[in-house]
Amino acid sequence: MSGIEVAGGRKIILPMSRAVEISLRSLKIRFGRSLITTSGVVLAIAFLMSVWSSNEIVSSLRDVNKSEINLLLQKKGVETGLTDGGAQSEEAQARLQEEQSKQMWLIGLSLLVCVVGIANAMLMSVTERFREIGTMKCLGALDSFIVKLFLLESTFQGVAGTAAGIAIGFLLTLGLALLDYGGFVIDYFPAAGIVQSALYALVAGTVLSLIGALLPAYRAAKMEPVEAMRSDT
Amino acid sequence: MSQAQEQASTTVEMEEQRTVVRTQQVKKLYKMGEIEVHALRGVDMEIYTGEYLSIMGPSGSGKSTFFNMVGGLDKPSEGKVYIDEVDVAQLDAYELAWLRCRKIGYIFQSFNLIPVMTALENVTLPMVFAGLTSDEARDKGMELLGKVGLGERYAHKPNELSGGQQQRVAVARALANDPAVVLADEPTANLDLRTGTEIIELLREMNKDSGVTIISATHDHKMLSVSDRVVWVKDGQVDRVANREDLDIEVTHVEGE
Repeated sequence: MSGIEVAGGRKIILPMSRAVEISLRSLKIRFGRSLITTSGVVLAIAFLMSVWSSNEIVSSLRDVNKSEINLLLQKKGVETGLTDGGAQSEEAQARLQEEQSKQMWLIGLSLLVCVVGIANAMLMSVTERFREIGTMKCLGALDSFIVKLFLLESTFQGVAGTAAGIAIGFLLTLGLALLDYGGFVIDYFPAAGIVQSALYALVAGTVLSLIGALLPAYRAAKMEPVEAMRSDT
Repeated sequence: MSQAQEQASTTVEMEEQRTVVRTQQVKKLYKMGEIEVHALRGVDMEIYTGEYLSIMGPSGSGKSTFFNMVGGLDKPSEGKVYIDEVDVAQLDAYELAWLRCRKIGYIFQSFNLIPVMTALENVTLPMVFAGLTSDEARDKGMELLGKVGLGERYAHKPNELSGGQQQRVAVARALANDPAVVLADEPTANLDLRTGTEIIELLREMNKDSGVTIISATHDHKMLSVSDRVVWVKDGQVDRVANREDLDIEVTHVEGE
């Protein structure tokens, strides 16, 4: 109980294992809301994944360039340029590009909405937990502990939501493709392309969740410990 | 202890007391839009190691501001606050966190246990921050929970405990890192009469056992009889300080009425 030593021993830590435990439990105790927050990610990533995997499947089928497949593709309004002359191929290319840029817009918008949704939900969660955060700070938590906890929470939500979104998006697209093109989808299944899309989607979902949580986590960390004393909140 | 020392300690008891919190001309000014509010208007106060001090005063008196000041939760606009001879204003964020973690224990009006953690985990959280291994923390946490009479309820979550039990867990948590000072903010305000008395007695017991200084902001007159000193704050200034001897008379007087 002698005064504060200036040298040595002035360490405050929050081990990662403990941080993970705390944030997982915080998610569990607010399971309902975590689910709603996560569903935003699920939907956005499902959309992203379905667009990407349907692109993969269609381009894989087009590359096969068999007349029976081309017929099916044309029925669905997909250009199968390779059999025709150069001029038409150019036109097809232009149309394809236009389509792709439209897709990009839609994907971008859906991801943006997703980030805003995450940020909104996390801000609510921070406001709800003012006193809890203040208490932690009274117990000696550093700003960085609070940031760590909130970012971890959001990352877990992001990873879980993204995984679910990838699965849903892919399975829906696969189902539709099977209806449209039958067994050819399986015969010429673009496994590598799908896996690559899934990985990109996973990265995108996780990064988005982190971005959405940055501002709320910062706000939480900057809270004054004296907030813990307020009795009316 | 030699006879001479013993004599010395009885004759010059006041001078021998070590100061744990000291404030010098502490002023606090809040700006609420155009209006300036003087929450504190120059408070000088010394709080000694091992004493049980109650701060009383109506709301708006500056009591809370003063309380937060001595607890390292707020910095003065003017003047100095020393906790364990360290000027709080000089500390950076990291050092402040360290001070709160190791030197000060907090007890709140509304208990403020972390809802996702069990009683034991709540008690051991400050120890984790302080760098204890989980074994050390668990042993010490169990010991503290035993002391507050909740040894068997260590695995309960806060919402499975009564208000009085939650406050007991909070007392154990406040003592986790053997702090120099325990700050109790209206610790009995959300408790019924009997439970409140129990918590006050528990605090007094901890104060006697481990010699920890207890500073409590309160409206509760039950607090008076266990306090070594009572400070009344009024209009941002210390209105009156009373020692226990004087208090006993007052309390009996009040009870006699």
